[in-house]
Amino acid sequence: MAIDLLPHLKQMLSAPGLSGYEDPIRDIVRAAWQPLCDEISVSRVGSLHALKRGDGPEPRPRVMLSAHMDAIGLMVTGIKEGFLRFTQIGGIDPRILPGQMVTVHGRKDLPGMVVLPPTHLLPPEAGSGVAALQYLLIDTGLLAEEVDKLVRVGDVVSFAQEPIELGESALAGHTLDNRVSVAAVTHCLDILSRRKHAWDVWAVASSQEETGVTGAFTSPVDIQPDFAIAIDVTFAKSTSSGDWRTFPMGEGVTLAWGPNIHPALYAAIIRTADELDIPYSREAAPSMTGTDAYAIQVVQSGIPCLLIGIPLRYMHTPVETVSLKDVRRAGRLMAEFISALPQDFMQTLEWK
Amino acid sequence: MSPNMKMTNNARPRIGKKQIALLAELCNALAVSGDEQEVREIVLREVKPLCQQVEVDAMGNVLATRIGSGQNKARVMIAAHMDEVGFMLTQNDGDGLYGFSIVGGIDERQLVGKAVIVGREHIPGVIGAKAIHLTTPEERKTALKLEQLRIDLGPDGSGKVRVGDRAGFATQLTEIGPSIRAKALDNRLGVANLIELLRGAPENIDLLAAFTVQEEVGLRGARVAAYHLAPQIGIAVDSTPANDLPAYDDDDGENTRYNTRLDCGPAIYLMDGATIADRRLAEWLMKTAEEEGIPYQIRQPNPGGTDAGAIHKTRSGVPSISVSVPQRYCHTAAGLIRKADWENTLRLLSAALWRLDSKILTPSEA
Repeated sequence: MAIDLLPHLKQMLSAPGLSGYEDPIRDIVRAAWQPLCDEISVSRVGSLHALKRGDGPEPRPRVMLSAHMDAIGLMVTGIKEGFLRFTQIGGIDPRILPGQMVTVHGRKDLPGMVVLPPTHLLPPEAGSGVAALQYLLIDTGLLAEEVDKLVRVGDVVSFAQEPIELGESALAGHTLDNRVSVAAVTHCLDILSRRKHAWDVWAVASSQEETGVTGAFTSPVDIQPDFAIAIDVTFAKSTSSGDWRTFPMGEGVTLAWGPNIHPALYAAIIRTADELDIPYSREAAPSMTGTDAYAIQVVQSGIPCLLIGIPLRYMHTPVETVSLKDVRRAGRLMAEFISALPQDFMQTLEWK
Repeated sequence: MSPNMKMTNNARPRIGKKQIALLAELCNALAVSGDEQEVREIVLREVKPLCQQVEVDAMGNVLATRIGSGQNKARVMIAAHMDEVGFMLTQNDGDGLYGFSIVGGIDERQLVGKAVIVGREHIPGVIGAKAIHLTTPEERKTALKLEQLRIDLGPDGSGKVRVGDRAGFATQLTEIGPSIRAKALDNRLGVANLIELLRGAPENIDLLAAFTVQEEVGLRGARVAAYHLAPQIGIAVDSTPANDLPAYDDDDGENTRYNTRLDCGPAIYLMDGATIADRRLAEWLMKTAEEEGIPYQIRQPNPGGTDAGAIHKTRSGVPSISVSVPQRYCHTAAGLIRKADWENTLRLLSAALWRLDSKILTPSEA
């Protein structure tokens, strides 16, 4: 029976798991992947490795699917009169913060809200324009003495926006970057559980992507894949974003093309997509991709990489929006591609 | 039971589960100025059993009269506005994206990255922002303008709403320790307080409760309500900003411009941008608080206004005052109040009504 992706994804979106603090999300991904895999383990830096064995003769070739599970968020830097000052973990535009609901992971989880202090309490440039991160505060609604007992400098803070279903096919929330890609990997493993595949599949929910692709630099060393597919979100077109870097939401995945991508692998996967009528756009990535593929490609002696993108609106805000159709397409494309891989696929890749 | 004992009991109304549940229903409802129906329905349901007369006037105000039984009763109008600041859809860009305008006063910087609800069906939507990766450092120093923002209902969201529909933040009321966090506390707190005052109203006054419309767009409902009710005393019950946050510079010392502060009790107005409060009423409220042991604070004289601004200029003039619950982050996705401040506001108003002697308005002989 196929796994229903919407509840799986909503459960992941409601779980914390900031870069370096991935335990809560890793537990959820592990529970989802365990029944679909033969072996599961955690890397030295917190990435989840799940092996689904193929049925080809040994030694079997290996494909690694890498979707980072960590989230951007905040970290407490100071406490004043019961209000928290904070810095960022990952890239956050300060303009999206005033009025955001957050969870402060203190000695217990506390509901909080990021607040923009009144103009007269800010320096002139921040009062009427953009208040930089260091001028914003978090209010937990608790009295100052209670805050002093429950919160310490260094406590991490997650966005608390609950996922929102927009119509029949779209989902909004925080950390869709990149939990939608983890869901796409779940979908792929789920399809493969009903298929034959010669290759070993190593699914990785990688850690610390947002702060320096740490998980992606380290997991290939443990796994030794023959090639890797990174799955991440890419930019969807919306009112404020419409240039060449953006793609229509709900109309297909993207397949990146550029120096991070092995051209023969690219040619192979688009053959699969074309044969099966899975819609995709070619995403020009003229230099670096800013994804796990950027790291994986240069691990040890080098690893051929692909990058599948899921178009997402409003990236790195708490209302990131995707179409579930694209999430399923990403999962299906990987499953179809993998199940069709011949044992000697790597020997067929040629530089042309 | 002697009248005195009864007064004491009624002067100590409590904020319990029932009151918080009603406030949650009121705050979670959407009632942007000019479309107050969701709150009006709740108010009518609550006040009909409590009042001899209930009517909805030409503008949509709910006017509910609870007539006392004594002699020489003062006609006391208490106004609480039902409307909230919010949005109206103004433009359909297709693909589920809508341009919108702000109704009332909301800082545009508070809009970005928020969940919203649209129309009577509360269709969910979001207000997004360009990905940080696609912005320039220069862009990130410039606040996003309303014209750059859209309400996004998802690609198949277009058929469910129309230009002209109202929208608001999607925040649901939450209790957090000593606090309550919700949208539209300005002024569902006032509405909740006025309902509670009708429940425990004393016999020595005629309580003319006005649940008003369109306060946030110019105190418009209160003006006609006051004309119709012709009160002798006007009181606006509302919520006012508590700007009691620390200053940004750690060496800069004290924040002396806080308007009001949480945990200091109801805010009594002496002057705001719309009204100079009647001194006799101010003394009556402060004396009540002191004698009943209820904490209170004077709202720092500042701009801003309440329904009292319209009421006091009605007919030949109505001595008026305002009492507010202090609230942090008014007119944003979520305000924050202390339950204790709310309860003390209700206690003060209740005790003051029980003690009201209409002679306080007679010019002193001395």
